Amino acid sequence: MNDMTPIRDRSTRSEDGPLNVSRRGFLGGAAALVLSVTIPVRRARAQATAAVAAGTRVNAFLEIRPDSTVLFRSAFIEGGQGVFTAMAQIVGEELDVDPTQFVVEGAPPGPDYLLTGGGRFTGGSMSVRMSYDTMRKLGASARQMLLKAAATRLGVPISELSTEPGRVMHTASGRAVPYGDIADAAAELPVPADVVLRSPDSFRWIGKPVPRLDVREKSTGRAQYAIDLTVEGMLHAAVQHSPRLGGEPGALANEPEVQAMPGVHSIHRLPGAVAVLANSWWRARRAVEALQVTWTEPAANTAHAMPADFSSDVHKEMLKTTPGEGIVFEQEGDAASALAGAARVIEATYDAPYLVHGQLEPPSAMARWNKDGTLELWIPNQAPEMFQADAAKVAGIETGKVIVHSPMLGGFFGRHFLYQTANPFPQAIVLAKAAGRPVKLIWSREEEFLRDTLRPMGAVRFRAGLDAAGLPIALDAVAVGEGPTGRWFGRQPHKVDGSAVEGIAGKVYAIPNRRVAQIHVDDPAIIGFWRSVGHSMNDFFYETFFDEMAEAGRQDPYELRLRLLADSPRHSNLLRAVADLSGGWKRGPFTAKDGTRRARGVAMASPFGSEVATIAEVSLRDGGVVVHDVWVAIDPGSIVNPAIIEAQVNSAVALGLSSALLEEVVYVDGMPQARNFDGYPILPPDRMPRVNVRIVESGAPMGGVGEPGLPGVPPAVVNAASVLTGERIRSLPLSKLDLKGLEG
Amino acid sequence: MELTINGSAHQVDVEPDTPLLWVLRDTLGMTGTKYGCGVAQCGACTVLIDGQATRSCVTSVDSVAGMAITTIEAIEQDAEGRKVVEAWVANQVPQCGYCQSGQVMAATALLKQTPHPNEDDIADAMMNLCRCGTYNAISAAVRQAAQA
Repeated sequence: MNDMTPIRDRSTRSEDGPLNVSRRGFLGGAAALVLSVTIPVRRARAQATAAVAAGTRVNAFLEIRPDSTVLFRSAFIEGGQGVFTAMAQIVGEELDVDPTQFVVEGAPPGPDYLLTGGGRFTGGSMSVRMSYDTMRKLGASARQMLLKAAATRLGVPISELSTEPGRVMHTASGRAVPYGDIADAAAELPVPADVVLRSPDSFRWIGKPVPRLDVREKSTGRAQYAIDLTVEGMLHAAVQHSPRLGGEPGALANEPEVQAMPGVHSIHRLPGAVAVLANSWWRARRAVEALQVTWTEPAANTAHAMPADFSSDVHKEMLKTTPGEGIVFEQEGDAASALAGAARVIEATYDAPYLVHGQLEPPSAMARWNKDGTLELWIPNQAPEMFQADAAKVAGIETGKVIVHSPMLGGFFGRHFLYQTANPFPQAIVLAKAAGRPVKLIWSREEEFLRDTLRPMGAVRFRAGLDAAGLPIALDAVAVGEGPTGRWFGRQPHKVDGSAVEGIAGKVYAIPNRRVAQIHVDDPAIIGFWRSVGHSMNDFFYETFFDEMAEAGRQDPYELRLRLLADSPRHSNLLRAVADLSGGWKRGPFTAKDGTRRARGVAMASPFGSEVATIAEVSLRDGGVVVHDVWVAIDPGSIVNPAIIEAQVNSAVALGLSSALLEEVVYVDGMPQARNFDGYPILPPDRMPRVNVRIVESGAPMGGVGEPGLPGVPPAVVNAASVLTGERIRSLPLSKLDLKGLEG
Repeated sequence: MELTINGSAHQVDVEPDTPLLWVLRDTLGMTGTKYGCGVAQCGACTVLIDGQATRSCVTSVDSVAGMAITTIEAIEQDAEGRKVVEAWVANQVPQCGYCQSGQVMAATALLKQTPHPNEDDIADAMMNLCRCGTYNAISAAVRQAAQA
């Protein structure tokens, strides 16, 4: 999920062997599962399996239908990142089926789909890069089986057959067999041990801007998300949570009155919440919000109870002033000695706030207990098996009796992992059981603001040493706080959680003496993964401090970066590419055609296996920062769909900019001050800059796409703004600052 | 209460102050109109009321009785709506897609009132939030739809 998750390099993978990635301490218990590409199981078998034991897995990816269209069950969930289309491109390329002939859906839980390092989740910008070889081979295997079935059908040697999209050709006799005609026969055949993959120079769909498969249904309201689904006989549920996590419902002062409200079915007490079931969600919501609840104080030692006096401002000051040198995560040379001997030393402390995910689809969960003892769930999620296992615990039944449907996600950005206290499905399970009827629970936006996991707050103390020429010779960085990977997947007390330091560690500049360390401080909030995880703030800290080093040493920030990347052609090429894309590097200040005074800032990041260079152009207006243009050069090594990459970079720019300009979760007295978008503004259309993207394919191992465009945006914008203000900005969001009087 | 939605009459039995959004979604099963915030901030719930883009999450159902309600379900039966949808597809606008029903409705209302919008018209009409940041694709699609 964070980009420190070990990923075995594709080059070390055996071409034919199963992908078997060990994952140190990540999904403890789920390690060492062997992943395999298995048979396309035909419809009949799938149905037979389901008939034998409801809720058992359909062990397959591909189903070729009689009309030769392809149903593909994706291990990865679609939430806007375009992964369904990418899967159709990759599999279709080898299967020889046009991606437009694919219907893709999220696969149910099952061992076939554990494609991300022994487990399964959609995140960490991992989907395509971790499944690319496997999915190509899957498509090629299926094509081989279709060829063999066609050879039998036609009574000719397989060597005389070829394929064109959707059918097998026997050129000698001029005969063609549509895939749909032989799909059942092909599905009975063994999976070939060896298949030959297409040569990349013959790709028709991989690497091309293939249109997304879901665009029309999403432009006409036909796409269905979890929140849109219904089942027969269901009740609607709404909840009111304890304002502070850990509180439990005590007296309900007006229970009879609420019970008598229109459409109300029943009132329920849940852990940390009350719920109303009704015959429409609006009635359920109105009733549950009318309930006058006395919330008890958490019992001593309640896990994750929110302290009644918790203040995010106080916590931030505490992080910034926590003493110590921390535990070392990355070290080179001798930073302490180099700092002691430096001609000049500069120091700065940076911070960044809590953020919510703000995905536009509010969380929901629909639960139905079936007569056969299974529990069926329709839940937004990024990790079906993990949700299934947890749901089984909540329900008190075997994992195999939980059927999980994973609908399209109305945005996620890290929101839909398994997070204690932040997922509605445990409540839906309990309510459906209590009511003896299916229940669809929706959290109102206000409840979502109360229980969403937060991007952690972070602070970093930097010290840099410059030599007499003004070049950095030493850098010491101490990050203070907590990372989400340690929170949810286990933290070893004497080791640094990579998600807390990624983006400060893993930087590519040739500074000979470096020390990156972390001081762990428990975060009182429920923290989670937020698009680009630690990079979302750490690259801001590092890359803006980089400009402070440049300024102190009287260096141009772009030229200094190039100089420190001189031995790394991949990075220096990328930096030159973004400068070229922007029309040549110029820092400013300069006067634009419209008369505004503008400046540009640059930043680099190495997130999720990709490399990114970003330039932003800004001006100041009405005491705030206006971002006019953002140029991004991204090198994911090699690519599948350039149009989707460009869209993802646009999206990452928007979210990164939103965080830099506007977003901050503030807690006072243990409660978030904003409960909707009116109190927590997110980037509106009129603040979206022009975005220009250049994709560079260096041929390095394939990197991620969904997240890497984000981390460079806040530092590029802040570096540019600092040129105009003449002062360094070390805290986000920029909306906190009043820059009035600095416009020119 | 009788509502006229996409040209058809619907009888609904709900409290008069129920937001139109929930009558559409829960009472009538028309889920193309989305719930995002419930406080008229995001625009995911945008429908047309007598051709005007309206946020249905804060519009009580009794206030629109007798008026012409158009939802995304009927968007392709509308001349401007069809142009907008085709422009949305051509520009590959949606990512997660959750806000796009509301975006398409807002664009359709704009083109009904201002067939040839300038950049300011587009900025004034297209104020719905998109967490995926598809804003540049949205404005490109609106410009294209206006020329179709």
